[in-house]
Amino acid sequence: MQLPRFFGVHASPSPRMRWALALAPFVILVAVYLVASHLRLAENPEDKILPSVGQMADAVERLAFAPDQRSGEYVMLRDTLSSLKRLALGIGLAAVVGLLLGMNMALFPGMGITLIAVVTFISIIPPLAILPIIFISFGVDELAKVMLIFLGTFPLITRDIYGTVKAMPQEQLTKALTLGAGELQLVYRIVLPQVMPRLIETIRLSLGGGWLFLIAAEAIASTDGLGYRIFLVRRYLAMDVIIPYVLWITFLGFAMDWSLRRILQRCYRWYQA
Amino acid sequence: MTPAAHNGSGAPRLHIENVYKRYGERTVLDNIDLVVSKGELCIVVGPSGCGKSTLLRIVVGQEQASAGDVLIDGAPVALPDASRGIVYQKYSLYPHLTALENVLLGKMLEYPFHRRRAALAAHRDEAMELLKRARIAEHAGKYPHELSGGMQQRVAIAQTLIKRPRIVLMDEPFGALDAGVREDMQVLLLELWEAFGMTVFFVTHDLEEAVYLGTRVLVLSQYYTDDRGAAAGAARGAKIVADHALPRRAMPTVAKSSPAFHELVRQIRHEGFDPSYLRHVREFNLEHPDAFQTLTPEEDSRAAAHPSS
Repeated sequence: MQLPRFFGVHASPSPRMRWALALAPFVILVAVYLVASHLRLAENPEDKILPSVGQMADAVERLAFAPDQRSGEYVMLRDTLSSLKRLALGIGLAAVVGLLLGMNMALFPGMGITLIAVVTFISIIPPLAILPIIFISFGVDELAKVMLIFLGTFPLITRDIYGTVKAMPQEQLTKALTLGAGELQLVYRIVLPQVMPRLIETIRLSLGGGWLFLIAAEAIASTDGLGYRIFLVRRYLAMDVIIPYVLWITFLGFAMDWSLRRILQRCYRWYQA
Repeated sequence: MTPAAHNGSGAPRLHIENVYKRYGERTVLDNIDLVVSKGELCIVVGPSGCGKSTLLRIVVGQEQASAGDVLIDGAPVALPDASRGIVYQKYSLYPHLTALENVLLGKMLEYPFHRRRAALAAHRDEAMELLKRARIAEHAGKYPHELSGGMQQRVAIAQTLIKRPRIVLMDEPFGALDAGVREDMQVLLLELWEAFGMTVFFVTHDLEEAVYLGTRVLVLSQYYTDDRGAAAGAARGAKIVADHALPRRAMPTVAKSSPAFHELVRQIRHEGFDPSYLRHVREFNLEHPDAFQTLTPEEDSRAAAHPSS
């Protein structure tokens, strides 16, 4: 029988239609923007709220492809590198700490009982609420920004790894001991290789939070960075800069997520099953 | 039958004495005494919930007995170590390792991580040989999820054998397999048992499997009486109510249809699985030469008069 193309639970669109459907919302968004922008600019050519594509291209040209007049640097490149460094340090630190804590807490009851309550407690504190405390304790330099990202993401990574290891069948652990594994081997040679793909998944999910904390920290105290730039030019209503920056951040986030997914598929074939 | 090994050459392979397992008020294993000699293929059967898997988990060390001793070759054991190998019904294999790597694991763990290449070179042939013995060598490079249930159990047996454990514990290893595959696995186990001189402690709920495989069949059951009377209730747990010695030879699978085979299966079902058939502890059918029983005065009020050995 002929399945419906679009409507109902049995809908089965053709491959070409799938592409068309997936692209449709983007096309509509862009079209609505272009029309709105055109109408506003026709009324007032000085309007800054909905810049035209040409104006945004000019801004990108100025920030990304021409050296800054004062410092001689490429502003967008410098912003990107600064932000990525902070994000990588914060998330990387959170991943390492979360992995080690989570595994050891799950395998050693003494450690688990001691730490699980406090880690849960920390994970519930809204990191942005303690932003002033972080700036006061760690200064307003790089360390504070990295710490905000770290504090915002490590508790969830820890709890996720803890849960994953706790859910491993007891049989696997007993089996490893009967194969001669010591306690440290159990942690680092039996459990660690098995939770690595899960760690990658958790990092993918934590990156969203990581970006949020990064931009918040940069908005408040910074001299460069993607978040800093957006909040700097906000004063001049420079939407021609803000919109390309937001799109660029979105692209960076997407690229990271995609790369992590590729690593998962390449290196952890067994995990897909 | 060969005479019981513990009468001749030193300590028996597995020795369990006065082992209890209690969960709160409820007693699951009630004063279990058991000796298993080297080379025995010892099967434990019993009604579901009688505690046969609990007994196995106590022997491997995954659970601790509430009281009593477990000895391997005369040395007390408690936590899991390489003296006892185990094959579970599932979860025996590590999902992130190929079949070959799963078998190699026991050897790899003997080397520090940075010398794993040396370990691989030294033991790869041995692991492949075991996979050949288990007739699964052609799938050596596959991950467990790419193997069927029977294939996984072949790898799991090879994985256990590479450490040459003194006793191999098996917890319903073929219970999840369909009938034809199960029969193949039984034949394979008998082959490996003979080839490697394995001592096996095997838990199953399948009586045909027990009588077909075992050189000894233990019946663990909560259906018995003793001098504690009916008031004992939940404080009374399962005991070994029968202990059969079986001829030590690998039978062709057609033996499963012989009348003697069915008679023994029927007898075991009666002894262990019939709630209305209650034998007194003094009258258990403990015919195996290794069988022994230490009864408390409460269980056997006549024990004070003539104590058991």
